[in-house]
Amino acid sequence: MSIELRNISKRFGDVAAVQNVSFKVAEGELVALLGPSGGGKTTVLRMIAGLEQPTEGDILIRGQRVNDVSVQKRNIGFVFQGYALFKTMSVADNIAFGLKIKKWPQAEINDRVAELLKLFGLDGLGKRFPHQLSGGQRQRVAIARSLAPKPSVLLLDEPFGAVDAKIRQELRDWLVHLHDELSVTTVFVTHDQEEAMEVSNRIVIFSRGNLEQIGAPQQVYEQPSNEFVARFIGVLNVLELRVENGVARLHELTFPSHGVADGASLRIGFRPYAIQISPQLSEYRYRATLRHVYFLGVQLRLELETPSGLTLRTRITKDEFVRLGLAEDQQISFQIREYRVLSRDGFALNPEVSAVHQAPSIGEGI
Amino acid sequence: MAGTTQKRWTSGNAKSRRGTEDPWYIRWILIGIAGFFAGVFLVLPLANVFGQAFAKGWQAAFGSLADPDTIAATKLTALATLVSVPLNTVFGVAAAWLIAKFEFRGKAILTTLIDLPFSVSPVVTGLVYVLLFGLRGYFGPWLDQYDIQIIFAVPGIVLATIFVTFPFVARELIPLMQAQGSDQEQAALTLGATGWQTFWHVTLPSIKWGLLYGVILCTARAVGEFGAVSVVSGHITGVTDTLPLRIEKLDKEYNSVAAFSIAALLAVLALLTLGLKTWLEHRQQRELDLAQTSSDSPDEH
Repeated sequence: MSIELRNISKRFGDVAAVQNVSFKVAEGELVALLGPSGGGKTTVLRMIAGLEQPTEGDILIRGQRVNDVSVQKRNIGFVFQGYALFKTMSVADNIAFGLKIKKWPQAEINDRVAELLKLFGLDGLGKRFPHQLSGGQRQRVAIARSLAPKPSVLLLDEPFGAVDAKIRQELRDWLVHLHDELSVTTVFVTHDQEEAMEVSNRIVIFSRGNLEQIGAPQQVYEQPSNEFVARFIGVLNVLELRVENGVARLHELTFPSHGVADGASLRIGFRPYAIQISPQLSEYRYRATLRHVYFLGVQLRLELETPSGLTLRTRITKDEFVRLGLAEDQQISFQIREYRVLSRDGFALNPEVSAVHQAPSIGEGI
Repeated sequence: MAGTTQKRWTSGNAKSRRGTEDPWYIRWILIGIAGFFAGVFLVLPLANVFGQAFAKGWQAAFGSLADPDTIAATKLTALATLVSVPLNTVFGVAAAWLIAKFEFRGKAILTTLIDLPFSVSPVVTGLVYVLLFGLRGYFGPWLDQYDIQIIFAVPGIVLATIFVTFPFVARELIPLMQAQGSDQEQAALTLGATGWQTFWHVTLPSIKWGLLYGVILCTARAVGEFGAVSVVSGHITGVTDTLPLRIEKLDKEYNSVAAFSIAALLAVLALLTLGLKTWLEHRQQRELDLAQTSSDSPDEH
């Protein structure tokens, strides 16, 4: 069912946890609330559930204002960060709990529990107790339990936080499939941008209680609306330059002043892939030593050190690395292909500019 | 003290029978010393209690228990216990719930207040009640007008027992409930359960062993309480004597068989309590371990 937040604010004492947040989740969508811890995303999720009351603003589910509707009556499924399984109950009893509360007939409860155990790959585990399960199994029990009474909305708080990396990947895939199958409106909280990108239809990004951007993963990645989003999504390296004689400078790197007065500072940001590297020392403007190579799988992270001691980090695909015949401690040349001028207050991002054509000195491009 | 939630050092694993590399004679000397003290200070007095009780045979011992005044004392002790234990159980659960699951101002003060009966001498407790409800106390004259007698009467004894046994259940449950957090309760709410259903189906089952343990300790203390009750009782034979007071009185009358028969009865109760307590401690430790491990750490398989 659709969810709508209108100008929601939440204060805990003097602390503003959420400030004037509005967004909509369409029927059947899978939405991620993304942000660093303390960003207010969990508070938003708990307000949708009814576990917290907003200080201001309205929450609508299916167009109905639900501010005054109790948790019990909102018909939501909530999966807690630590799963919060009932320790004294078996897996089957955990799943059946919501149905017993809603006074389903016993035969229907049994059918529903059997159906969910099967759907969640928990066959034969119905009689086990939570402490006898692995992390991944517990998580599936928690989701099965929340889905048992057929909620109209599924809310998950850091659903993949407490399991190890390999299981996390499996669970992500599995959640996507589950969502495709059940198409229940789903909102989940995460601090992992990769997870948000991979799993959701749309991402809502929070920082310090403010909504920073809403959009599809690709949109957020390609058009971050401000510096915070760009940095958080992991697509922005920032340099702090000083303007002298009409040129912005940091060690040997120079950029146009972009209208900033002499003596003032200019901040620029560039994507990690914006640095171009060549083993031919004459190819690009700047020289550097390839200090470290970190293997991350398909891509590599490189650490460059310029002769004056400035360290820059960049990413490159493994294929490219091999094609260029690079190795650690090698001397290379590089340039920054494009960058953005960042404003001081960190609001809307300026468009990217190409460094190659605007370079004040040499112009030996790509 | 009731705050026994640490790991039991006695329940080490079976593989390491020998804790140290010390030679055998050191071990036996230490065990011997410990055994000697336990024997002299614990076993011997206990054996003496039973010895004295049965000094003039079974009939005399059981006969003295059937004395009308002793029966009256038994009834009074039972009454004080049956009133104070349920009340303190309800109070203890409510207080532990409040302290463990909610944040509010004055929480530290409440926690300290719950411990107060542990730190105040029982005699002082008794005197406080006398000062409050005695004929010359604050409420004494007012109570007297309505012909209500608390001090030197049954209500005073019940009140003193309630006060002295006040912390036991709460003290047992607070650390347990704090370790468990309130996630399970919130989960129950999101599944549609009311507050009462949540308490009944989720909270209570997860604290039941700790609760039972607290109730046992509370009962043991309620039955055995002497100091506070002694001050407010007035020692009216057959009316305001509890079992411990009755023992004292019989002992002063040089009726050692009767005194020790009742003492033996209380000792049997104490031994039963001890057995139950040991078993419950084990169960409760498991409950606490579960509370600490269940949510995180994907453990076995």
